[in-house]
Amino acid sequence: MDDIVIEDLTKSYASGWPGRPPFVALDGLYLTVGRGEIFGFLGPNGAGKTTTLKILLGLVRATGGRALLLGQPAGDVETRRRIGFLPESPYFYDYLTAEEFLGFYGQLAGLGHVAIAQRVTDLLSLVGLADARDRQLRKFSKGMLQRIGLAQALIHDPELVILDEPMTGLDPVGRKQVRDLILSLRDRGKTIFFSTHILHDVEMICDRVGIVIKGRLLASGRVDELVRQDHTQSVEIVCQHIKAEGNAFIHSLATRVLQQGQQCLIVLPSPDAVDAMVGEIRRQGGGLLSVTPHKASLEDLFFQEAAPEASRVQADSLTGRAF
Amino acid sequence: MGAIGVIALNAFRESLRDKILYNLVLFAGLLIGLSVLLADLTITEHHKMIADMGLAAINLIGVIIAIFIGISLVNKEIERRTIYTIMARPISRTFFILGKYCGLVLTLFVNLSIMLAVFLVTLWLYHVPIALSLFQAVQLIFVEILVVTAIALFFSTFSSSTLSAILTLGIYVIGHLTADLRSIAANSESGVMKTMVDVLYYLCPNLEMLNIKGQAAVGILVAPEYLMLASLYGMVYAGVLLSGACLVFQQRDF
Ligand SMILES: Nc1ncnc2c1ncn2[C@@H]1O[C@H](COP(=O)(O)OP(=O)(O)OP(=O)(O)O)[C@@H](O)[C@H]1O
Ligand SMILES: [Mg+2]
Repeated sequence: MDDIVIEDLTKSYASGWPGRPPFVALDGLYLTVGRGEIFGFLGPNGAGKTTTLKILLGLVRATGGRALLLGQPAGDVETRRRIGFLPESPYFYDYLTAEEFLGFYGQLAGLGHVAIAQRVTDLLSLVGLADARDRQLRKFSKGMLQRIGLAQALIHDPELVILDEPMTGLDPVGRKQVRDLILSLRDRGKTIFFSTHILHDVEMICDRVGIVIKGRLLASGRVDELVRQDHTQSVEIVCQHIKAEGNAFIHSLATRVLQQGQQCLIVLPSPDAVDAMVGEIRRQGGGLLSVTPHKASLEDLFFQEAAPEASRVQADSLTGRAF
Repeated sequence: MGAIGVIALNAFRESLRDKILYNLVLFAGLLIGLSVLLADLTITEHHKMIADMGLAAINLIGVIIAIFIGISLVNKEIERRTIYTIMARPISRTFFILGKYCGLVLTLFVNLSIMLAVFLVTLWLYHVPIALSLFQAVQLIFVEILVVTAIALFFSTFSSSTLSAILTLGIYVIGHLTADLRSIAANSESGVMKTMVDVLYYLCPNLEMLNIKGQAAVGILVAPEYLMLASLYGMVYAGVLLSGACLVFQQRDF
């Protein structure tokens, strides 16, 4: 069963000016997140990630399409009992102390006093805020707010956890803690759906990812599938005592050639041409230093999908340098 | 405890932390200061003045707090985005509005009770007889506060704090003048004028109906039926506005 089903979701925001057309933030989005999955929702700024999450939580009404959470229409009040949510750069009642704050959300979730006391203690130490228990939230740093926000999302032990950029504002230790936390939630059978721009985090922990751009899903699937399917793995060969310039054979096979003094870097588009290239290097009397298969990363895919212009410029400047 | 109660108690806690009740010091100072200043008057005049001033101060401070907290009650939550995590909880938008309203009413009730207590102590100190009519006046002041809070909350669901303040204040003033305006307009030749005043009369609450301070200060009671009817009127008016606020809030994107 899928915990989140999004079908043909559209959202247009009124422009606020008569005569000016509304702004289309979501333009027919399709997405499913299975039970027990960690799903990374990737996209550049303004792609519509936050809009999607707000629709799922019922904070914003969709213009068209359908979204189901745990089998119920998005925004259903009772279903929210089983969902935890952390908004992006969260703002909270800053006159409450950490303990009162979590207690308040526990009460809203319908927990009893005993359960709340237990959960508050557990969660504060889980997010590393045990020392700040009696401090008012107005005295919290940005990262501390992010942490208490995460605790707030988990106070009622929800089945489905929806996080909008949970790693933002955290130090490296905090990032790792959040990654570990997400993994441990998954191990306990929870479903986690989070948005981010940090590709590294996605690559490390996500079972599946979806890439959204301009309100549409461009790709979704397992990280390794996405990377493999869209990118033939390239291979980097480093050799010495070779004059690559003017060598038509080398240039016909390579996508990139970089001569630096005695050494030469040759990038091949796929492993197939490695044998031929090594043969040529030998024939020219060169010495082989290394052959490294270059594993395509999600970042390559992201650049390719999210900013074709940017990646072309990048590639051009590199090729320019090679010749 | 239901969700409304959780929201209401938290709103009450917020006003305590924001030191709203400090206004009471101002109130006590005002009341006692005036009583001392007016001590030169004859005994009956003095007694009437203290009662008058006390009721007026209770009314004014209550309404000011109702307006100033009420106008930001909902839109502050949206502007500060604190609403996101609350609306992501199993609580309907209607309950959120009702909870916020109840929280502010609780704050105002506590504030009013303390003001009343200070007032009674002052009266006792100056040997002013404590008439039952004073309690009637305070009851209707509280009803007026219920109405004003509902007006402020209603505007707060869709407009900025500044605009809400202006609109609420406007309605408050008109609400005290409609009956007079209507009797003036009744003699007027202009049909348009008459209709306009009529529209205002039926749209704005008749707050003058809730004002019995003048007679209460000299100890004249109103009929219990009047008290009940006036209170009912105020509560129905507030109820209608609250329903309106819920309807508007239901449609909002955050
Ligand atoms: N209330 C609103 N009114 C009008 N336009 C809006 C509103 N909220 C969002 N938008 C627009 O919708 C688009 C998507 O915004 P959204 O916040 O969903 O992006 P995002 O993917 O979360 O971006 P980021 O990574 O920067 O957080 C943006 O172009 C934004 O300007
Ligand atoms: Mg966002």
